[in-house]
Amino acid sequence: MTRATKTYLSETVVNLKPSGIRRFFDLAASMEGVISLGVGEPDFVTSWSVREACILSLEQGYTSYTANAGLLELREEIAAYLSRRFHVEYAPETEIIVTVGASQAIDLALRAIINPGDEVIVVEPSFVSYAPLVSLAGGVPVSVQTDGKQEFKLQPEQIEKAITSRTKAMILCSPNNPTGTVLNRRELEAIGAIVQKHDLIVISDEIYAELVYDEPYTSFPAIPHMQERTILVNGFSKGFAMTGWRLGFVAAPKEFAQAILKIHQYAMMCAPTMAQYGAIEALKNGDNDVEEMKKSYRRRRNYFVQSLNEMGLSCHLPGGAFYAFPSIKATGLTSEQFAEQLLLEEKVAVVPGSVFGKSGEGYIRCSYASSLEQLQEAVKRMKRFLARL
Amino acid sequence: MKLTDKELEVVEILSKNARLPLETIAKMVSLSIEETEQIVRKLEEEKVIVQYAAIVDWRKIDGHEGVTAMIDVKVTPKRGVGFDEVAERIYRFPEVKSVYLMSGAYDLSVVIEGRSMSEIAKFVSEKLSTLDSVISTTTHFILKKYKHDGTVFEQGDQDKRIVMSP
Repeated sequence: MTRATKTYLSETVVNLKPSGIRRFFDLAASMEGVISLGVGEPDFVTSWSVREACILSLEQGYTSYTANAGLLELREEIAAYLSRRFHVEYAPETEIIVTVGASQAIDLALRAIINPGDEVIVVEPSFVSYAPLVSLAGGVPVSVQTDGKQEFKLQPEQIEKAITSRTKAMILCSPNNPTGTVLNRRELEAIGAIVQKHDLIVISDEIYAELVYDEPYTSFPAIPHMQERTILVNGFSKGFAMTGWRLGFVAAPKEFAQAILKIHQYAMMCAPTMAQYGAIEALKNGDNDVEEMKKSYRRRRNYFVQSLNEMGLSCHLPGGAFYAFPSIKATGLTSEQFAEQLLLEEKVAVVPGSVFGKSGEGYIRCSYASSLEQLQEAVKRMKRFLARL
Repeated sequence: MKLTDKELEVVEILSKNARLPLETIAKMVSLSIEETEQIVRKLEEEKVIVQYAAIVDWRKIDGHEGVTAMIDVKVTPKRGVGFDEVAERIYRFPEVKSVYLMSGAYDLSVVIEGRSMSEIAKFVSEKLSTLDSVISTTTHFILKKYKHDGTVFEQGDQDKRIVMSP
């Protein structure tokens, strides 16, 4: 080749920041006896009834493509589920698209609405994919930093400050990864008022909606007048413990949904058929399993967050997801230093808060989706680590 | 009796693992250690929690593998006491591990543990069948225990997740 390989690459891709988790992943993976609190997925295996339904579909030979939008039966179950659990109504024929995980759903939603240069507000600390996906879609991510002192709750005036004439949309994630923070109805209404005032679209990532422990959950499109401007993203990974199935969905007003479907049919054709059959079973008969998992997470949350506070890492009680996001500022270390030393010295893996955005600096993300025995051991090791600092 | 939500949670936690430190249980239900201890004591006094016992895989212990049988027993209930009297006569034998009154083709389901098949056969022929109200017995020997009281015996419980993910 006459040109250096790198010059063939897309500039957008070259300019993307590599994920900060990668380095810690490599380090932790090379060590033995590590207790990992760095895992962003449930510690439960998918319930047997769901796995069994998938196996049955394979035995019966359901191995061909489905409709681009997904099996109609699954979309009908999703519509019924959204209505039953979150009191929002969507038409299964035209307003629901089954996707390859919520991740693809977010990508599709962004690509469907962004023109080059459009700005999308990303509320940080946030899931690591949002800003890169905005860039890949040709948009400009504009970060808004929430404050640990306010339990990382998004303040309406912060959004207003970030809005320009190019702002088109905002990505919301409640319950939040990595902070576990849940926005209640009143807080969502205040955000909704600004969304309406500035004529924005909201991509609401509600992948953790099943895992809310204290107050009743409010889905963003359930706020008056918001459904028409919301692209709702959800899926089966977290609540139903189905991460490896890669199955999510988008629910949105018809025009959004049909634009998303247009991309989806060219880019993906359809989500995996066997996973869709499993998901039908999850929605039909999975409520009890979800309830049991949720109970178990809540108890582990209570145990772990209180233990963190007792050892001097101050941490708000996160209302949802399965992450605790304690402050490590009192140690004088940066998030990266803390995470690296803890891993090397005590073999406990956590994720430095800084990988989730600027305002995550001074915090670490600990997943409590680990067995109680593991959590107890992790607490012991962390105490020992802190005592030495 | 009606339990509060917290009491119910303590029961659920203990029913899964009775060896958790009180301090851990207290944190899990967001109560003080004293409050949690009080709940446990109340549950014990009220016999809601009847006993703390270990689930043992006896097959692993040489010379103690043992034999378990489930016996379907048909009996004639007695006026005034129904099935209770004969059930009591049966469950008082220490080798009897459980006795249930059943709907369906037979009346009592008796689980019995012994050192050998002949020991169980002896119990059935000498003790059980000779009871006045017992009409017939059908003995089923357990060949292998896969799951007992919600616990899978040979569990591959290693964590299959990647060590770190966003």
